[in-house]
Amino acid sequence: MFDQLTERFESFFKKIRGHGKLSEDNIRDSMREVRRILLEADVNFKVVKDFIGRVQEKALGQEVIKSITPGQQVIKIIHDELIVLLGEGQSRLDLSGLPPIPLMIVGLQGSGKTTFCAKLALHLRRKGKFPLLAAADVYRPAAIDQLKQLGKQLDIPVWAPGQANPVQICKDALVEARKTGRDVVLMDTAGRLHIDQEMMDELVKIREAVKPPEILYVADGMGGQDAVKAALEFAAKLDFNGVVLTKMDGDSKGGAALSIRAVTGKPIRFIGNGEKPDALEEFHPDRMASRILGMGDIVTLVEKAQETVDQESAEKLAEKIARQEFTLEDFLDQFKQIKKMGSLDQILGMVPGLGKQLKGMELDEKELKHTEAIILSMTLEERRKPHLINGSRRKRIAIGSGTSVQQVNQLLKQYEQLRGMMKSMGKMKGRRGKMPKIPFPM
Amino acid sequence: MGLFSKLKNGLTKTRAKLGGQIRSIISSHSKISEELYDELEETLITADVGIDSTLAILETLREKVRKVSTNGDPEIIYDLLTDTIDEVMRPAAEEKPLNLGHTPSVILIVGVNGSGKTTTIAKLTYHFLKQNKKVLLAAADTFRAAATEQIVEWGDRLGVQVIQQGHGADPAAVAFDALQSAKARGFDILIVDTAGRLHNKANLMHELEKIYRAMKKQDPEAPHEVFLVLDGTTGQNALQQAKIFQETSGVTGLVITKLDGTAKGGAVIPICRELGIPLRFIGIGEKMEDLEPFDPSAFARALLASDEDSE
Repeated sequence: MFDQLTERFESFFKKIRGHGKLSEDNIRDSMREVRRILLEADVNFKVVKDFIGRVQEKALGQEVIKSITPGQQVIKIIHDELIVLLGEGQSRLDLSGLPPIPLMIVGLQGSGKTTFCAKLALHLRRKGKFPLLAAADVYRPAAIDQLKQLGKQLDIPVWAPGQANPVQICKDALVEARKTGRDVVLMDTAGRLHIDQEMMDELVKIREAVKPPEILYVADGMGGQDAVKAALEFAAKLDFNGVVLTKMDGDSKGGAALSIRAVTGKPIRFIGNGEKPDALEEFHPDRMASRILGMGDIVTLVEKAQETVDQESAEKLAEKIARQEFTLEDFLDQFKQIKKMGSLDQILGMVPGLGKQLKGMELDEKELKHTEAIILSMTLEERRKPHLINGSRRKRIAIGSGTSVQQVNQLLKQYEQLRGMMKSMGKMKGRRGKMPKIPFPM
Repeated sequence: MGLFSKLKNGLTKTRAKLGGQIRSIISSHSKISEELYDELEETLITADVGIDSTLAILETLREKVRKVSTNGDPEIIYDLLTDTIDEVMRPAAEEKPLNLGHTPSVILIVGVNGSGKTTTIAKLTYHFLKQNKKVLLAAADTFRAAATEQIVEWGDRLGVQVIQQGHGADPAAVAFDALQSAKARGFDILIVDTAGRLHNKANLMHELEKIYRAMKKQDPEAPHEVFLVLDGTTGQNALQQAKIFQETSGVTGLVITKLDGTAKGGAVIPICRELGIPLRFIGIGEKMEDLEPFDPSAFARALLASDEDSE
């Protein structure tokens, strides 16, 4: 997500960071470069113009030119302005009022509304809510079937009465929710073009009928210059509260994200970044600004870890490390925990400064699988006492896991190195009395 | 209604914005100046033409102007710009005419999620049925929930048979079966739907290669056409999509959808220019008949046409 944007900024920053002195011409040149980067990333033309205007004005101020590190100053200005563009502070879903709370999901065709509905339902359930999905897209063939199937997969009820009036479906869904004790109703509306008045009016009717405290506008993260036009039209008609960006796991530069926020003034609430139902992230503007500029996003990483790693087993592991009893079994455990957090490149993308180094290096998820297979091919005793693993055992393990003896050797070597590292960490504990809560094997 | 005016109607909103915009830019200048070029640049960029292609188009335009103009009258810009865009789009379309003379001719439909593949298939089916061709569909999107149901429903509406194996089946097997059956039963056209996939997902792209290979086993020349369906509202990422789909599944043509909104679909220009992939069809509405075969000069003219132009 935002990878290419990040990359361009990184190389640009490298260029200007070195400058001991920046002349007005230097600054104007660098603004041209920033403009190009943003336009290539599909940031809306007008938004770019305003952005450049503001940055340039500040950059031409006396402070920058007189500063000892003018390059750094310019970077800081860009970073700050980027946060302004993305919206200051985090925005939360408004679920106030008497349950059941209706939430309307709207957007253009193919933006990913139905998939997002399922993701949001899962997200809310994890936060202790009891969601109901309402299938109000009566136009697209099989859209209702799609939501039903997703609901079934996630074990979340779907209100799909099989009638043709979306307004009535949404009203009835609230009645159903009241009856069955559901506290949030997610209404999946049909995709429509912003210039189709009749269809836009239908959304207004739904809004009047159910009075949702929150309407979410779903936008395709790969959208181009026109993305803001559609968003503005929906905002004018419906006054939605928040924006959801989908398909952010592609290699789009995500400029539409910046633009939609900038022109509608509505905060971005969520980012969809994968096909799986749990591939949904809450949006944090400051973290996103850092990520765009290649400064990493360690906060999200830690949060993700806290969400998925179970506290108790983490503490147990910390103890084991302290007592230097870290076995291959624990090693396997760690792998599973990390896998739960998402794909490897997603996780590594959040580590500051890593973005650039990983470029061009293919992250092989297969290798992780091999590692797992190797450990799974060991007996329990071997996992606990790896020193038992002699030549013939290695051969057996290699055959059992479909790998080679070299790969088995390699893994055992890695494990030994890790143990060595942990030994020194264990000693650290003695000195400083503090252990990291979430240990990573890498 | 002639092709040009139909296309023009379909591109009305596009035209109203882009053609009208360019006309008014030209008429607001009394001579050809740097400001005029700057405004043209802005217009092309906001049409998603992309910065590289925009600069290249303007460079060619400047050359043409230098050759022609002596008095600096901006009126000539309009025709010269139309010619320039036409020249960018034309070679790919002329070098690679549609390859659908086989029985059956196989069209593989690929694209990212939500680009409008299934709707495009319905429109293509209607297009070929009108030419009295026998069409068979294959539901090889076995991944997305209810994708098979969606295409089966279209099949029912159009009275066309759909080969399917249901959710979770091997898409390559569906494609293989469908081609076998199209051959045995003498269909003219087989259209194969595939699951939407983001082009940066290696596994999914491998799956596409497998579908491709499975069909080759039945008929070494199949698929005869591979259409990449592109959402007309997509920005500069479209080029990246086209590049990777071309590498993995040998895209032979583009279908651009959702041009009935306000999006201008200018992203096809860099794709034609840099990758030489021709634009085949344009989706200009929600109805089954809202699909037009692409004609480069008609496209360029319709894109830049304004109200006083007529057939």
